[in-house]
Amino acid sequence: MDGYSFADLQAILIMQGFAGISLFSVLLLMALGLAIIFGQMGVINMAHGEFMAVGAYTTYFFSSLTQNYLPGFLDYYFVFSIIAAFFIAGAIGYLLEFALIRHLYKRPLDTLLATWGVSLIMQQLFRTIFGAREVSPALPDWLLGSYEPTEMIDIPLNGLFVLGLTVLVTGGVFYLMFRSRWGLRVRATTQNRVMSGAVGINTKKVDRLTFALGCGIAGVAGAAFTTIASTGPTTGSLYIVDTFMVVVFGGAASLFGTIASAFSIAQAQSIMEFFLSGSMAKVFTLLTIVVILMLRPEGLFSTKVRK
Amino acid sequence: MSSGTDFTLAIEGLTVSFDGFKAVDDLNMYIDRNELRVVIGPNGAGKTTVLDLICGKTKATDGSIKFKNTELTRLSEHQIVRAGVGRKFQTPSIYENLTVFENLEISYPKGRGVFGSLTFERTAEIDTQIRKIAAEIFLDQHLEQEAALLSHGQKQWLEIGMLLIQDPELLMLDEPVAGMSVREREQTAELLQRICHGRSVLVIEHDMEFVARIAHRVTVLHQGRILAEGAMEKVQKDPKVIEVYLGH
Amino acid sequence: MKSFFYNKLLGGKQGAIGLLVLALVILVVFPLTLDLFRLNLVGKYLTYAFVAVGLVLLWGYGGILSLGQGIFFGLGGYCMAMFLKLEASSPENTSIQSTPGIPDFMDWNQLTHLPWFWKPFESFGFTLIAILVIPTVFAFIVGYAMFKRRVGGVYFAIITQAIALILTVLIVGQQGYTGGINGITDLRTLHGWDIREDSAKYTLYFVNAFLLLGCVMLGRYVLTSKFGRLLLAMRDKEDRVRFSGYDVSTFKIFVFCLAAVISAIGGAMFTLQVGFMSPSFVGIVPSIEMVIFAAVGGRMSLIGAVYGTLLVNFGKTLFSESFPALWLFLIGGLFIAVVMFFPNGLAGIYAKYSQQLAACVKSGRGCARSLVEKLRSLRPGSRTGAGSQAGESL
Repeated sequence: MDGYSFADLQAILIMQGFAGISLFSVLLLMALGLAIIFGQMGVINMAHGEFMAVGAYTTYFFSSLTQNYLPGFLDYYFVFSIIAAFFIAGAIGYLLEFALIRHLYKRPLDTLLATWGVSLIMQQLFRTIFGAREVSPALPDWLLGSYEPTEMIDIPLNGLFVLGLTVLVTGGVFYLMFRSRWGLRVRATTQNRVMSGAVGINTKKVDRLTFALGCGIAGVAGAAFTTIASTGPTTGSLYIVDTFMVVVFGGAASLFGTIASAFSIAQAQSIMEFFLSGSMAKVFTLLTIVVILMLRPEGLFSTKVRK
Repeated sequence: MSSGTDFTLAIEGLTVSFDGFKAVDDLNMYIDRNELRVVIGPNGAGKTTVLDLICGKTKATDGSIKFKNTELTRLSEHQIVRAGVGRKFQTPSIYENLTVFENLEISYPKGRGVFGSLTFERTAEIDTQIRKIAAEIFLDQHLEQEAALLSHGQKQWLEIGMLLIQDPELLMLDEPVAGMSVREREQTAELLQRICHGRSVLVIEHDMEFVARIAHRVTVLHQGRILAEGAMEKVQKDPKVIEVYLGH
Repeated sequence: MKSFFYNKLLGGKQGAIGLLVLALVILVVFPLTLDLFRLNLVGKYLTYAFVAVGLVLLWGYGGILSLGQGIFFGLGGYCMAMFLKLEASSPENTSIQSTPGIPDFMDWNQLTHLPWFWKPFESFGFTLIAILVIPTVFAFIVGYAMFKRRVGGVYFAIITQAIALILTVLIVGQQGYTGGINGITDLRTLHGWDIREDSAKYTLYFVNAFLLLGCVMLGRYVLTSKFGRLLLAMRDKEDRVRFSGYDVSTFKIFVFCLAAVISAIGGAMFTLQVGFMSPSFVGIVPSIEMVIFAAVGGRMSLIGAVYGTLLVNFGKTLFSESFPALWLFLIGGLFIAVVMFFPNGLAGIYAKYSQQLAACVKSGRGCARSLVEKLRSLRPGSRTGAGSQAGESL
């Protein structure tokens, strides 16, 4: 580490740490949706990344619309597109559950293959509709620029915004799953489907809404993603393996585990990225996770249960 | 330190807890050769957990399980089976899309390793043995039938047969007569009395009439502990047992 | 001995006919009807069929879905490519480089000597052993770690997928040692024998075809033995098998290693026939595509897997030449359709129809109506029944 002074290192650590936090935010938003779908329903949705892309393209679509017809609205449209991203991705998820997923609940491996097919179709749809080129929405002014607490440290505002959004969504999911009647129904269905049906829970409806919620959150992740990077047809697929790793590493049924694992993976990767090449940082991060998962397959934060 | 015993199975101080809940609590139990022991108890008493512990499906928190003076708690499931412990599950667990013959053949204790199974051949000796067992479990007329098509009771027998073909010294049966007709129950009682010669049999059962017919001794479990033990008539008169179990 | 060959390797009368037809198709029909360019293309597809055959053992019978079979295909392919590349990089051939005698991509990446792990690949004997041993050892390590701890199902699928990703990123990132994203290219000769010549291409096609038929027969042997029945039994009733005294994990490790070796042979033959190896045959996308080859052919049928591979790849070539956009919709739809409507793939459809046809020929009446009924019963609900029978009759 010759050539770096202590102050340099501190600044690097803070800035890379913050870069890690942006990655953490996107990973967590992606993983939250997946954790709900995989953790609660046991369904592997390989098209999850494409739902993120749906959110990103929704934002891009609203941005173009605003630029062309309502330029004065440019400062506010972003908030609306986040909400729209949630509902559009959620609605597509709702349809997907109805058309496909519900027929495959007893065949998790087949679900995996079928949703992979869905992801291919969605990618080609994006390409047909929005073109193969990567696109970015016009960001409102208040998302540009950065916060500079010292001369050497420079923290971009969009990163802060995404972090805030992540905290908000995480809180919302937490409330929904653990404090609301609806969350109680979801958890009851997870634990004992037959019994839940017997006490009057419409388990099919619960499944469909849970799946839609997970996809909707992926949509929000996509909207947030547009502030950090541009979106292409295959953007979603770049994150899908990392996201699965986050969920599995955290212990599939634990929301707290998902948060902790998204944080450690993102931080490990972005700090290593500074000292190694990007690809080696990724190799080491993933390799570490895989090795840990081989030693402790139940993930970091799952509790032992009586089987 | 418990020394060598003459018992087939000697369980001492056996405890297992799930997140602090003791499903089995400091259990001591001894089973003799040629003995047919029945374990009864209300739901959640820990009966199935005891079987899980013996056959290695669940790992004990504390205590020892000695089978012919071999400590079982340290062995893995297949090693326990190879040592001579067979276990029938609560719901019949057989290979539905194989025939009765194939079900028995796959359970035959030969070719148990990877390479052994690759070079396994059906010899005349194996064939004879399978037919003998099939006759014993009343399925000699159904050898070529797909197991899925058997009645529930016949499936129970088939699973017992799949254990018998391994000639275990300890046979554990979890609710062997569940879902059986009266006639099938009688046949099963007769079967159990026949097969407990030369080995020990441990049965979990709810049907008291059936228990009374087959049991040499009865152990009553309640909340992971032994409430009473002895002959059926004695246990039935025990006021503690009547209170928690037989009374209602 | 004769009966051993007939029953165990060919799988009895039904199996022997199926194998004979397959052999006719790939050994006689294709070479006679296709020009060399197309035949070479078929040869390339047939190397993927090795992976599909491995997946029938692993996934169809064992119930273990690996989304990382490209790893083993790639390991086999890279081992072969390293040997060929070293032969192509003799000091005379590479005299214009700043360091002659090392592969060109190393020179471009300022390497000045051959890395230690490349050195053994100067020997062809070592290379052949490495093609078989490296994937086996790798599969053993992964399999041991996972199966001993009872990791299976979707977890296994996800972790194998992650390993495939790691390997791809590693290969792409370390271009000085691996050739990077372009892979190892410009392979020329095998012990002086020019693999780019027409006669060599014909020879390699036939070597590949015979190896594939050999692997199908090996698969037959495994599946008709008690091992095969145990695989199915484990897939459906793992606990019963365990409590019948079998160490389930060693069986799973073995079948995973076997599938890995078969895939690696395919990978090595790919390198020889196509003349290069690159990370695009290692990663997530090729790995999962190879699963669909097996699924289309029929996950329970070794021979079906070969036909499935050929069919999907013919389709891919046909459509991506003329309508590239349509192809992704089609392959996506294929994933969904095969899972939803034809879980036993072509072999399953064939099994249903062949019974029906036989009945039709006999009775001659009422077959139209019963055919419709058969078609209906192909829906997923009826899959378990068809599972074991669809097997080897194709």
